[in-house]
Amino acid sequence: MKVGLFIPCYVEQFYPKAAIATLELLEKAGVEVAYPLKQTCCGQPMANSGYEVFGQGASDLFRENFAEFDYVVCPSGSCTLHAKEHILSNKEGEPKLYELCEFMTDVLQVKELKSRFPYKVGLHASCHGLRGLGLARPSELMVPDFNKPLHLLEMVEDIDLVHLARKDECCGFGGTFAVFEEAISVQMGKDRIQDHQEQGVAVITGADMSCLMHLEGLLRRDKSPIKVMHIAEILNGQEPDK
Amino acid sequence: MKAAPTHAAAAAEFLKDSERSHWHDETLWHVRSKRDVSAQKIPEWEQLRTLASQIKDHVLSNLDNLLLQFEKKAQANGIEVLWAKDAQEHNEHVLRILEENQVKQLVKSKSILTEECGLNHFLEDKGYDVVDTDLGERIIQFNKQVPSHIVMPAIHLKKKEIGDIFHEHLGTDAGADDPKYLTEAARQHLRQKFIQAHAAITGVNFGIAETGGFVVCTNEGNADMGTHLADIHIACMGIEKLIPRAADLGVYLRLLARSATGQSITNYTSHFHRPRKGKKMYLILVDNGRTKQLGREDFRNSLKCIRCGACMNTCPIYRRSSGFSYNSTVPGPIGSILSPGMDLNKHSTLPFASTLCGSCSDVCPVKINIHEQLYKWRQVITKEGPPQVSKRWAMRFGGQVMSKPRLFELMGKMARKSLSISPRGFVYNSFNAWGKHRELPEVPKETFKDWYRKNRNHDK
Repeated sequence: MKVGLFIPCYVEQFYPKAAIATLELLEKAGVEVAYPLKQTCCGQPMANSGYEVFGQGASDLFRENFAEFDYVVCPSGSCTLHAKEHILSNKEGEPKLYELCEFMTDVLQVKELKSRFPYKVGLHASCHGLRGLGLARPSELMVPDFNKPLHLLEMVEDIDLVHLARKDECCGFGGTFAVFEEAISVQMGKDRIQDHQEQGVAVITGADMSCLMHLEGLLRRDKSPIKVMHIAEILNGQEPDK
Repeated sequence: MKAAPTHAAAAAEFLKDSERSHWHDETLWHVRSKRDVSAQKIPEWEQLRTLASQIKDHVLSNLDNLLLQFEKKAQANGIEVLWAKDAQEHNEHVLRILEENQVKQLVKSKSILTEECGLNHFLEDKGYDVVDTDLGERIIQFNKQVPSHIVMPAIHLKKKEIGDIFHEHLGTDAGADDPKYLTEAARQHLRQKFIQAHAAITGVNFGIAETGGFVVCTNEGNADMGTHLADIHIACMGIEKLIPRAADLGVYLRLLARSATGQSITNYTSHFHRPRKGKKMYLILVDNGRTKQLGREDFRNSLKCIRCGACMNTCPIYRRSSGFSYNSTVPGPIGSILSPGMDLNKHSTLPFASTLCGSCSDVCPVKINIHEQLYKWRQVITKEGPPQVSKRWAMRFGGQVMSKPRLFELMGKMARKSLSISPRGFVYNSFNAWGKHRELPEVPKETFKDWYRKNRNHDK
C-alpha cells in the first residue's frame, strides 16, 4: 500500500504541527507514507470563488504529484472533498483519496490509540467533511447515527468530550467567504465559540485546520484561554500549547 | 446602471443590531429544531425525500405533456385556465378577470408567485385595495414591507413591533403585545374583508395533472374563508408546481409541513376541483423564467422546490442576516439559486452568500443539491456577471502561484517573513478584512516542507 500525504497549502505554511502529527499518526499505524515535495494546493480557493479555471494548474500538479500512489491521505475534509469532486474522478488506476479520520476508521480500521489527552474538548464538525465526505451523520439526515472523528477521539485516554448545543453548525470560515462576507463570518465564528465556551472546553478540535484557523483568530483577538488543535495532534497525544 | 447592494453589505448592516440578529437566529433555529423532532418520528423520512425528488424529476422531464393534461382536466372540471409567459401577462390576466366580473373588493391568501409578479403594486396602481389575509402578510402589508421569509413572512418582526403596527392600523391599545389579543383584532378586521370580497386570489401548492384539481395549504384557513365567500376564485400557479397523480400528493404533504414548521400537516389542506354552482374559478399558469431555468441543466433541479422554507431556517447565513439581505422575492439558499436565473446582475452576490456548508441540501425535502448549484452559479457569475477586477486578478495570481511549486515556496517564505517582521499596524490595516476581528495565524519557525526535508528526507 503506497500512501501519499497531501498537506493543504495553509497547513504546510502555518500549521506544520498538524501536518507532522498526521504523518506520525500514520507511521505509528504501520503505514509507509511519502510526502511529494512538489505539492502546493488543491485549487479550492480559486474554484470556490468562481474561478475554477484558475485552479486548473494546481489540479494538474496535484494529479501529477500523486499519480503513483494507491492512496492519498489528507488531514482536511474540505481539501479532500474538493480534490475528490474536481480533480480525481475515482477511475480505475487512480489513487483513492481519503481524509485522515476516514482513512483511519475505514481503511486502517484503527481499534486503539496509545495516547492520552486529559482535557475538556469540543469537537467542531467541519461542514465539508461532515456533509460532503460523510464523516458523521449530519443533524439534518434521519439515518443511523455515526461519527468517525468522534469515534477516534473516544479512543484517547482521559479525554473529556463535551456535548454542544448545535453539534454541527457551520463556523463561518468558508474560504474567501471569511473575507468577502466578513461581518457574518465573524458572527458565525463567535457564536460557535460561545457554544464551546458554555461547555467549558479547554480545546476546540476538528478535522479541518481552516475552520480552526478562523476560530483561533477570534479566540486570540479575544485573549481567550481556549486553544485550537487539529484532531491529528490530539490523536497523536500532543499537549496543547501553553 | 446603479449596482445592486451586495448581500455582504446588507448582512453587515443587519448585524449591527447584534441583539436582533441573535434573536432572529435563535427564532429560526427553533423552527429548524422543531423540524428535526418531527422528521425523526417518520422512519421512512429519507425514503420520502428520495421519492419526492424522483417524482419531481419525472415532472420536470415531462412538464409539457403533464401541463397539457392538467389544463384539459381542469377545463373539463369547469375551471378557466389561462397561461402567462411572464409577470406582466399574469398581472394583466388578473386585472382583466377583475374588470370583466366588476370586482370591487378582493382578498388574497399567501402566494409567493404573486409577490414575484408584483401583483399587489400592479393592482394598487389600478385603484384596487388588495387585502392580504394571511396574518403575517397582513402585518407586513400594513408595514409596507415585502416578506422576509416565504413561509413566515413577518418573522423579522418582534411582538412589540407588531403591537405598534396594529395600534396604528387597527386601533388596538397602545403598547399591547399579547398575541391572543392581537390575533383577535386581526381576526375581526379580516372577517369584514372576507365578507365584503367579491374575488379571492390564492396561490397553489400542488396542481394535480391527473385530476385537474389543485391544493392550497394554509395554517389559518384564510384561503378557504376567502374562496368560500367570494364569487370569483383566481388561483395563481407556477408551472413547476405540478405533480402527476393524486396518489403522489401524500408524499409531499407529509414532507411539506414537517419541513416548514415541524407540524405534521398544515392546519388546512384544501382541495379545489371545480367552481361551485354560479361561481367562477380561474387558474393562471405562470412561466416567468421557469422554462428558461428548466433548460439550464445544472440548475433545473431548483424547480423541484415546494417552498417549505426549511433551507432558510437551517441556513446559518440567512438566520443571521435576515431575508431582506437577499433583496430577492425568494431569499435564502433556494432564492440564491433561483434568483440569478431571473436577473444575473441584480442577484450576482447571492451565490457567494454561503460557506457551501451543505445544510440546505440535506434539509431539503425534495433533495435539491442547493449548495452544489451555488458553486455552479459562482462559475457562471465570474464569466457572465458584473466584472470584479481585483478579485479576478487575485485569483489568477493565486492560481499561478499554486501551479508552480518553487514559486509557491518562495511566495510562502516572503509572506511569512513579511508577516513576522512587519509592525502590527502595517499588517492589520483597513484592507485586511480578515484582521478586522481576527488574528492571523502565528508564523511558525519552519514550514512542514522544511521540517520534512530535515527529518524524513527520503527524497534526497
